[in-house]
Amino acid sequence: MFTWINQNQIKLLTTLKYLLSLLLVFLMGCQSSAPKGERSKQELRLNIASEPPTLDPRKASDTISVAILTLCFEGLMRSEKEFAMAKEVQVSPDLRTYTFTLRDAFWADGQPVTAADFEETWKTILDPSFPSPYASDLYVIKNGKGYKEKKLTRDMVGVKAIDAKTLQVELEHPVPFFLSLVSTHCFFPAPAHMKQPFGDHFVSNGPFKLTSWRHSNDLTLVKNSQYWDISRVILEKIYFGIIQDETTGLHMFENCEIDWAGTPFSSLPLDAMPMLVKNPLYQSFEMPGVYYYIFNIEKPPFDNVNMRKAFALAINRKEIIANILQGKQTPATGSVPPMMWKGDPTPDYFKDADIPEARRLFALALKEMGKTVKDLPPISLSYNTNEGHHKIAQAIQEQWLKALGVRVSLENKEWKVFLDDLTRHQFQIARMGGLATFNDPTTFLDTYKYPQDTHNFSTWRNARLTEILNQSDLISDEKERFKLLKEAEAIVISEMPILPLYYYKGNFLKKPYVKGITYSELGDVEFKTAYIEQP
Amino acid sequence: MTRHLVKKGLILLFSLFTVATLTFFLMHAIPGDPFTQDKAVPEEIMQAMRRHYGLDQPLFIQYLKYLKGLVTWDLGPSFKYEGRTVTEIISEGFPVSLALGLEALLIAVSLGIAAGTISSLKSGRWQDHLTMLVAVLGISVPSFILATFLQYIFAMKLDILPVARWGTFAQSILPALSLAALPMAFITRLTRSNMVEVIQTDYILTARSKGLSTFQIVCRHMLRNALLPVVTFLGPLTAAILTGSFVVEKIFGIPGLGQWFVMSVTNRDYTVIMGTTVFYSALLMFSVFIVDILYCLIDPRIRIGHKSEAT
Repeated sequence: MFTWINQNQIKLLTTLKYLLSLLLVFLMGCQSSAPKGERSKQELRLNIASEPPTLDPRKASDTISVAILTLCFEGLMRSEKEFAMAKEVQVSPDLRTYTFTLRDAFWADGQPVTAADFEETWKTILDPSFPSPYASDLYVIKNGKGYKEKKLTRDMVGVKAIDAKTLQVELEHPVPFFLSLVSTHCFFPAPAHMKQPFGDHFVSNGPFKLTSWRHSNDLTLVKNSQYWDISRVILEKIYFGIIQDETTGLHMFENCEIDWAGTPFSSLPLDAMPMLVKNPLYQSFEMPGVYYYIFNIEKPPFDNVNMRKAFALAINRKEIIANILQGKQTPATGSVPPMMWKGDPTPDYFKDADIPEARRLFALALKEMGKTVKDLPPISLSYNTNEGHHKIAQAIQEQWLKALGVRVSLENKEWKVFLDDLTRHQFQIARMGGLATFNDPTTFLDTYKYPQDTHNFSTWRNARLTEILNQSDLISDEKERFKLLKEAEAIVISEMPILPLYYYKGNFLKKPYVKGITYSELGDVEFKTAYIEQP
Repeated sequence: MTRHLVKKGLILLFSLFTVATLTFFLMHAIPGDPFTQDKAVPEEIMQAMRRHYGLDQPLFIQYLKYLKGLVTWDLGPSFKYEGRTVTEIISEGFPVSLALGLEALLIAVSLGIAAGTISSLKSGRWQDHLTMLVAVLGISVPSFILATFLQYIFAMKLDILPVARWGTFAQSILPALSLAALPMAFITRLTRSNMVEVIQTDYILTARSKGLSTFQIVCRHMLRNALLPVVTFLGPLTAAILTGSFVVEKIFGIPGLGQWFVMSVTNRDYTVIMGTTVFYSALLMFSVFIVDILYCLIDPRIRIGHKSEAT
C-alpha cells in the first residue's frame, strides 16, 4: 500500500536523510559538560544496536551479546596475564595439563564460584544435545570433540574439579595461548547451583549484574556488590537503550541523552564520518580484524595464482580508506592484523596499488592460461547487501577496470543467501570480514588448517602451512612460535586465496566526563574501571 | 446479513490457512537457515542445534506440528532470541505497536477528514491550495525523512521532546506524527475529492434549500456519503498501522512488532516469521471483515443489494 516510491527514489531519499543528519550534527553539538537528565552520579548511558539474542554465555555468538556478557561475567583469566576467577595456574611440562587454583569469589546471589561451575558449564557446552554455536572453541579440551560427536562419554572430557577451588584441564594438544583463550566468553562459567541458569533469575560473577531487561527496549546493569574486585568498580549503573538506527544514536549523543556512541555497542553512520573524525570527542582504536575478499580457487580464472595476485595488487586501498571508509583504518597487506603479533608486526607482504606489477602478473596469468582479456569468463564480485560493502565494491570495480581493463560485475545478496552461496562455492570473488576470537595469530591462520571445520570458503589448503601450524603448537616460547607463524602467513599471502583490504578500526564518540576506560589485549573497550567525572 | 457474514468468516479462515501454508513452504524454500553464519560451525554442532529445534525432522512433520501449534496458539520458541517464545514476542510487541498505531490513526483520521472537508468547502481558494500542498508533501515525503526532521526540530532544536525511545507519552508523539503523515495526507485527498462530488448532488441542494446550516449538511448528509471510500481505506490501513512500521520503529527505537517482520526474515527465524505473518494476516483480514460490516451499517444499499442477491 505504501510502496509507490521506487528503488532509485529510496536511494536518493536515504542520501537526503544523511545529508540532513550531517547538517544537524554540524549545527548542533552538545555544549554541556555534564550528563543530561535525571540519573545517579555514576551512571553511564549508551545505546546498543540490537536486542542481544541471548545473555547466556554458553550460547552467545554475536558481538552485542558478547560485549554485555563481558561486563557481567569473568572467566578464569581476564586476559593472558591478568588473573580473574583463578589466582594462579600450573602448567605441566608437556603443556597439556593446566591446573587452576580459584580465588575466593562469589556469584551475585552470594554463592561461591567453584571449580565445579566451570566443569559443569564446559561439559554442558560440549553436550551433543546442547545448542551452542561456539562449542568448537572448546575442542582444545581433551575428548571435547568426541563427546560432541557422541563417540565418547561426558566423564571422558578432560576437565575436572579436583576440589571446590582446583580445576584441572587436560588439552587435546598443547595450546600455547590457552590462558588467553580461557578469558573469552566461551569459557565463562554458569552458576551450577541453579537449575536453570539465566532463566528467570540472571546470576553472574563479573563487575556488573543485569537488573532489568525490557525486551527490544532497554537493559540496565548495576554494580555487582559480590564481585571480588569491587574496589576498582566505580560506575553504579550502566543503562543501555536499544536503538538500531545509527543516525538516531548520533542525535541522542549530540543531544546529551547518551554518553557514548559507536564501537563496541553500536556503530557510527558511515556518511557522517568525514565530519565526525574532526570532532574532538571522536576516538578510534585498533581492532583485531581484517576485511577481505575471498577467491574461489576452484573456478577459472582464479585457479591461477598470478591472476589472484594481479587482482590483489591492482587495488588502491589507501584511496578506499580515504574516500569511502574515512575512519582511520589501515590498508591490509597481510592476512593477520598487525596487533596480533604483540608489538612485532610483519612488514608489508606487497605494495598497495602496485599497478605495474599487477599488470605484469595479469599478463603472465593470461599467458599461462592461454587466454586473452576478451576470452576471460565473466567475473562477478558478490557481497551481502550493505551500503558500505556496496560502495567499496563499486570503487574496486572501477580500480580493476582502470588497472587491468577487466569489467567485473557486482552482485549484492541478502546475508543468508550470500552465506548459502559461499558454502556451496557459488561465487568467484566474495566479501568477508573476520574478527579475532582469541588473542593469537592462529585465530586467523587456523582457517586453512581445518578446512572441514571452518568456513574456509576459498577451499585453499597447503600441506606446508598445516605442518607449520602443527609444529607451532608444540612451542611455548612466543618469539620462536611467532617466527613460525609469520612464515605461515607469508605462505598464505604468496598463494593469495584471500585478498586483504583493510584492518578494522573501532570508532566512537565519548563525552569528556567519561573517564577510566581501558582496552583489553584483544582491543575491546573495557568499562570495568570507567567512571563519570563529577563537575 | 448473517449468512453473508458467516460466508465471509469461512472465506477468512480458509485464506488464513492458505497464507500459513504458503508462508511455511516458501520460508523453507529460501536459501539459508536460522543457524547459517559466517563463523565456523562444525557439522556435529549444526546437527545438535537443528535437533534441539526440531529442524531435523521431515518438512511435512514440521508442518503438521506447526499447524497444531497454530490452533493451540503455541507458536514455539524463537530460534534466534534465546528463551523467548513467539507468543511472548507478539504479546509484548503488539501492545506497543497498538498504542502507537492508535495514536497515529487518531491523528490521521481526525485531522485528515477535517482538512479534507475544509479543503472541499473552500474549493479553489487558498485554504484548499494550502491543504493540498501539505497533503502532497505528506504523501511524497517518506516517514524516515519526516522522522529525522521532527527529531531535529522538536528534540534537538527546541528540546521539548526526546529524540527517541519508548515508555512515556512524550516519547510517543514524534513517532506517531511520522507514522500518521502519509495516511493523513491520503485521507485528506480522499475526503476532499469525494466531498467535492457529493456537494454537487441534488440532495445536498435540497438540504440547502430546506435551510439547514452548513454544519448540519456536512455532518448529516455529506460526510456520511463521502466517507465510504475512506472507510474502505481504513481496513488495510488499520492493520498496517497497528502492526507497526519497521522504519519508524527503527528510527525511534520502539519495541513494537513491526521490526520483527523484517528481522525474522533476515534471521531466518522460522517460528517468528510464521507467527508474525499469520498474526498480521489475521489482523488484516479481520480489519477488512469489520470494514465489510461497517459498510453494511453506513450504506443501506449494500444491505439491500445482498438481500436481493439472496432471494
